[in-house]
Amino acid sequence: MAKAALMDFDEALKLYEPVLGFEVHVELNTETKMFSPAGNPAHASNHDAAPNTLVAPVDMGLPGSLPVVNETAVRFSISLGLALGCQIAPSSRFARKNYFYPDLGKNYQISQYDEPIAFEGQVQVELTDGTVFDVPIERAHMEEDAGKLTHVGGATGRIQGAEYSLVDYNRAGVPLVEIVTKPIFGAEDRAPELAAAYVRAIRDIVLSLGISEARMERGNLRCDANVSLRPRGQEKLGTRTETKNVNSMRSVERAVRHEIQRQAAILAAGGTITQETRHWHEDTGTTSPGRPKSDADDYRYFPEPDLLPVAPSRELIEGLRAELPEPPTARRRRLKAEWGFADIDFQGIVNAGLLTEVDATVAAGASPTAARKWWMSEISRLANAEGVEPSSLVEPASIAALQKLVDDGTLTDKLARQVLEGVIAGEGTPQEVVDARGLAVVSDDGALIAAIDEALVAQSDVLAKIRDGKVQAAGAVIGAVMKAMKGQADAARVRELVLERAAAL
Amino acid sequence: MTDLTRLSAADLASQLSTGEISSVEATRAHLERIADVDGDVHAFLHVSDHALDVAADIDRRRAAGEHLGELAGVPLAIKDVLVTTDMPSTSGSKILEGFLSPYDATVVARARAAGLVPLGKTNMDEFAMGSSTEHSAYGPTHNPWDLDRIPGGSGGGSAAAVAAFEAPIALGSDTGGSIRQPAHVTGTVGMKPTYGGVSRFGAIALASSLDQVGPVSRTVLDSALLHDVIGGHDPHDATSLTDAWPSFAAAAREGASGEVLKGLRVGVIKELPDSGFQAGVSASFRGALALLEAQGAEIVEISAPHFEYGVAAYYLILPAEASSNLAKFDSVRFGLRVDVPGGTVEDVMAATRDAGFGDEVKRRIILGTYALSAGYYDAYYGSAQKVRTLIQRDFDAAFAQVDVIATPSAPTTAFKLGEKIDDPLQMYLNDVTTIPVNLAGVPGISIPSGLAEEDGLPVGIQFIAPAREDARLYRVGAAAEALLVDSWGGPLLDRAPLLGGNR
Amino acid sequence: MSEITPELVRHLGVLARIQLDDDEVERLTGQLSVIVDNIAKVSEVATPDVPATSHPIPLENVFRPDVVGQMLTVEQVLQNAPDAADNRFRVTAILGEEQ
Ligand SMILES: [Mg+2]
Ligand SMILES: [Zn+2]
Repeated sequence: MAKAALMDFDEALKLYEPVLGFEVHVELNTETKMFSPAGNPAHASNHDAAPNTLVAPVDMGLPGSLPVVNETAVRFSISLGLALGCQIAPSSRFARKNYFYPDLGKNYQISQYDEPIAFEGQVQVELTDGTVFDVPIERAHMEEDAGKLTHVGGATGRIQGAEYSLVDYNRAGVPLVEIVTKPIFGAEDRAPELAAAYVRAIRDIVLSLGISEARMERGNLRCDANVSLRPRGQEKLGTRTETKNVNSMRSVERAVRHEIQRQAAILAAGGTITQETRHWHEDTGTTSPGRPKSDADDYRYFPEPDLLPVAPSRELIEGLRAELPEPPTARRRRLKAEWGFADIDFQGIVNAGLLTEVDATVAAGASPTAARKWWMSEISRLANAEGVEPSSLVEPASIAALQKLVDDGTLTDKLARQVLEGVIAGEGTPQEVVDARGLAVVSDDGALIAAIDEALVAQSDVLAKIRDGKVQAAGAVIGAVMKAMKGQADAARVRELVLERAAAL
Repeated sequence: MTDLTRLSAADLASQLSTGEISSVEATRAHLERIADVDGDVHAFLHVSDHALDVAADIDRRRAAGEHLGELAGVPLAIKDVLVTTDMPSTSGSKILEGFLSPYDATVVARARAAGLVPLGKTNMDEFAMGSSTEHSAYGPTHNPWDLDRIPGGSGGGSAAAVAAFEAPIALGSDTGGSIRQPAHVTGTVGMKPTYGGVSRFGAIALASSLDQVGPVSRTVLDSALLHDVIGGHDPHDATSLTDAWPSFAAAAREGASGEVLKGLRVGVIKELPDSGFQAGVSASFRGALALLEAQGAEIVEISAPHFEYGVAAYYLILPAEASSNLAKFDSVRFGLRVDVPGGTVEDVMAATRDAGFGDEVKRRIILGTYALSAGYYDAYYGSAQKVRTLIQRDFDAAFAQVDVIATPSAPTTAFKLGEKIDDPLQMYLNDVTTIPVNLAGVPGISIPSGLAEEDGLPVGIQFIAPAREDARLYRVGAAAEALLVDSWGGPLLDRAPLLGGNR
Repeated sequence: MSEITPELVRHLGVLARIQLDDDEVERLTGQLSVIVDNIAKVSEVATPDVPATSHPIPLENVFRPDVVGQMLTVEQVLQNAPDAADNRFRVTAILGEEQ
């Protein structure tokens, strides 16, 4: 495959206006699938399921099988629609999207077509500098996921050149909500950044609703990015491409940037853009063409005769609206005001995706400054070293409890870090770790004085210097005392006592 | 000793309950009858090899004093469109040869739970597409009245099985007449329940918005008894109605007294003139109406102006839904696989579907694909769904005037095997009177009305009631049946030729 | 008004994944033309004011509680598989070489 020519990004922006569009698929974390009572692999209890062990007849299209709609999936979808600022359709229905593919047990996907459950919304997307951008939502509809294909043989394990493929229907029928934006204008040179921020905004909303684990690396959240360019001053939209398989926020940003540069190079050279799906390649940071749109994309949609309309009552919709969590953007604004951080500090928390953790830690009693410090430094460092999410290491309540031990003098900062390691290692609550490891600060002056006297006697030269007024020489004695106390002393108190004893001895 | 195969299910049930006979005896008698005559009739695609074990178990349970359902121990034939765990389910197609379902259709599970004894799986037009059972991939079924003639379709196997006394009752499915039209040509009874009255879970789908499972029998009461067993809400089928249904058997028993006919308003459709039917068919129909009238029924002419669009709408909706329902037969998870050396999975799918489907199935899949494809949807599928609304309105208007509607069940008596097989359009017109019933979702029953003068072959009369009024059909059907059987001096099937080597 | 052509029938065969040979295409073209001519009349009465009926008995909001129910065992899932490996269904390569 020839490497695509790219135009310099700034140059491309001078000549063309990028127009974006996104289709984000969210896997819901219901107990069961969209249309069957089989366990849902996107639910925490089923992560380790072996192939084809989460399958009911309809998931593999067995003859005679029928779908029945999962009530919780409908409620989750309505909540998501409301959180996206959408209107909820008084009546919506399912349709069959017909196409043959081995991962599709029935060879049609049950989706929604002309009557989606939610439509006409708007999502506030915050860029890294805090600028808020409104992304218009066209619709959000319910559908089912397909099974999983594994390609075997050939060089790469990719579909190209594979000898055969294996099909696992566990994922077939996982409830999905597909969120489709309207064309997004005006992002200009921040289009790549907006792409990532949009996906992050959807992820925040979904997480705040608790309706999906929203782990992109697991495919809980998948983004298809549409990009087109139109020459400056032209009204008509350009031809778009749809880049699939973009499974991290950083990749979404890179893919949009790449498509802008690639399309600009083609257009500037007098070429035309082919309307097609493209595949994103994480390793090379490039896209390659998939199947061009063709007659074979005639999906022959028709109303799903096995299912009835979904007609949520006003009471249900208003009840779910009343239960909605605070919108992430409003929440950020509120927390920033409450905590009083500088822009850069606050945005750092947001960009690290640790707002929820810091908020929960503050709610559990820690000061905002302490909570921020824990999550942004020590916990992030440990998580980074282990290659996991900070939130997976420790509960916010534990951090608040730990900070309380620091605040009341039981622990020094250094001791507290050791206690944190114990907590993460599963040794218990901070207090339990303190007790088990005997890590508390020695607050008994008697013990300290004994150690200080011993050190002053041993280092009589230092004692002399202190008495001569060279107070800074005390450091050596303090160090020795701290060492003798295995670090479990308050260094400031030790210093005070050293000066006292030096005078008294 | 009486020939147990000549008994109705109700009579078998009462003799089983008093201990006069055992289920093993009843089952053995039917298995022997199958062995005797099915070589000629070919009603069965598969005969159970453990029916006697099931029967013995029922006998044991009865002896132990267990409380069993009314039909416990009675043999049952099952149309091959219904999936069963203990017998193959092919829907009459090569593409499903040998397929063993890991689950039972709800109606089959309910029949088993009620103690019915499955005898085997009956023949049918491939995927229930047809009106003659000639489109079975496993060869046609023959009409017990004349082995050179068709037994109707798609459920020719179930109708022939009960007509040939191979089973007292059977399960069928009816998408456009597949229970009622075979009943018409075999002198038997068949009921298409209200859409949603009987679960479709485990019925291999033809057209989901039209399909209904229903009973096939020789008497109205037997259909009602079986309907009581299989009907009612099933959470596995979203289209299943949650209604509390009355006892259909009680309705049939009540109807047999004939009281229901006094003052019953019977609608006859103006737009289905006698000229549209074989002379002997309309004569039989008129004769039956006269008998009803003599008992106090009032015959009212009604208008159903949109019925003439019914067949056209049906042959758009059915192929469209079927083209999607049959997409699952693709060689990946079950059924036939035709290997294509060096081919992709797409090639394998296309070759498998070419080899595994018969001509009629391919014809309808292509037609349905066309009706749904971009640019044609509104003119075809969308318009057909509107015709459906118009036909429902015709029914609503009619039922404001009458209690039931009566029609001949089909335009002609049984035609010769092979006579219409190359003329799909002619074949499609067989269902002209039954199709509107499916399009509107209302119930319809066909019972024998007599023999056509010109060929001596059976004719059926169809009664149609408003949605959810299935019990009304059993009441009226049983009343009409009693009257007609009385007028013949015995059941119509007594006049059918004898079959089998040892007769 | 029939616009059924052999090319259209061949295309429909691709959409429906049925490999039709030339004889079948020719036969189906003729049969479908006759059938379509006869069923096209539905549009005569299907005026814009008539709503479509996709389901004969109107119901809505038919749901299932989100509770795990009966699932198939792996053996049941694979019991009719034409080919399987590693507890999964096996199919030949999905795309031709050139893609
Ligand atoms: Mg999409
Ligand atoms: Zn989708």
